[in-house]
Amino acid sequence: MTPFSAAEFWSILRLSLWISGTAVLISSLVGIPCGVWLGMSRRRGKRLLAAVVHTGMALPPVVVGLVLYLLLSRSGPLAFLDSLFTARAMIAAQTVLALPFVVGITMAAVAAAPAELPLQLRSLGASDWQCRWTILREARHGVLLAVAAAFGRSISEVGAVLIVGGNIQGHTRVLTTAVVLETGKGNFEFALALGGALLLLALLVNLFIVGFSGGRPPA
Amino acid sequence: MTNKTCYQLKSLIKRQNANFALHIHRLDVLQGDVLALLGPTGAGKSTLLRLLAGLEPATAGKICFDDAPLLAAEMTLATRRRITMVHQRPLLLGGSVRMNVEYGLRLRSGQNRTQKVDAALDRLGLTPIAAQAAHTLSGGQTQLVAMARALVLEPEVLLLDEPTAHLDPAHVALAEKAIRQICQTRQTTIVWATHNLFQARRVANRTCLLLNGLLVEVGPTEAFFTNPAEPRTADFVQGRMVY
Repeated sequence: MTPFSAAEFWSILRLSLWISGTAVLISSLVGIPCGVWLGMSRRRGKRLLAAVVHTGMALPPVVVGLVLYLLLSRSGPLAFLDSLFTARAMIAAQTVLALPFVVGITMAAVAAAPAELPLQLRSLGASDWQCRWTILREARHGVLLAVAAAFGRSISEVGAVLIVGGNIQGHTRVLTTAVVLETGKGNFEFALALGGALLLLALLVNLFIVGFSGGRPPA
Repeated sequence: MTNKTCYQLKSLIKRQNANFALHIHRLDVLQGDVLALLGPTGAGKSTLLRLLAGLEPATAGKICFDDAPLLAAEMTLATRRRITMVHQRPLLLGGSVRMNVEYGLRLRSGQNRTQKVDAALDRLGLTPIAAQAAHTLSGGQTQLVAMARALVLEPEVLLLDEPTAHLDPAHVALAEKAIRQICQTRQTTIVWATHNLFQARRVANRTCLLLNGLLVEVGPTEAFFTNPAEPRTADFVQGRMVY
């Protein structure tokens, strides 16, 4: 007897995609402009900000989960949001974890553009926004790498989503938390199958990203 | 060429670092002028062009463009789009040659883009490689594309920083012809930095010499080469070491 029905498996898969996809979307919408700004900035303090962003890449998921738990719990300052043990809390946790990857890798890709490029674009009549957009376009393979890395970080994350999501059947159970549950129950074969599904999902998303970058792997 | 002043430089100083500063006491560039900038490597030709393009601020002194002060930090987009510069080491964007040539027109949402791009490609002999990826081009081809993407904009002022340095004689002739055409039809003001004395003599109606950041002499090209006022100019045009 399998621990899950097919319907439940698809529901877990859909929820995993929904939560990680939304987290990556939010972190991309916030992180790409920040990364472009940091990558092009010549201001003092940029190195310090870059160090903070890089430290964010090493954030321990369980610590992020714990802090969010304390913020969202009944005695926490964000209790009014009533989000603990919901998909919203899981999206928030994954966004916090994915954001430094998007910002950091985008920043590195943009900073790798020749320093002379903005000047040459301006001398062809580009406005500041057109200049930034062109440089972002030139760095698009790096930006896609940032999105792919953020998705990888999100979809494979377990510590934070387990703490703030609670692994509730039909509500907050995603692929990684289901693997933890099945392993705990001793259903190793099923846990491995879920792990395989997780990998397959990550592969499909990355193939989509490679396709988006014109067939060239983001690098 | 008209008598209207395009650029007016007064007591201009640009300090690059502890070892180099550009000093120009006075320089006028008239509308429709083709001014050749001569001078050895490191004389300040590129620095001067960047100042004229408004890409860098002057340390002291004044640059007037079309009778209004040209301040790099306050330059409007409309003013910036009247001036186009071809850089010494042009950087092309990812994509095809055609896409690169079209870039400036797309920024301006200009009309008749296809015809203009076709004409610019044709003028510089780039039509056969229009679909080629820009990153596969040679140094000379890159310079031609950079020139085409500037010429297609038909700017009022064209600043050229050694634009033919990597070209063979046939392509140098092609580029000079294309630039001469735009100069004649649009009355474009051109400031052209070059190491090639013969080129300066061919293309410019006025020529100036920069040495160690100082403007040594400026005058009509023929007089500059045949009867220079400054002994250092005479030494330079005759190929004697003066720096």
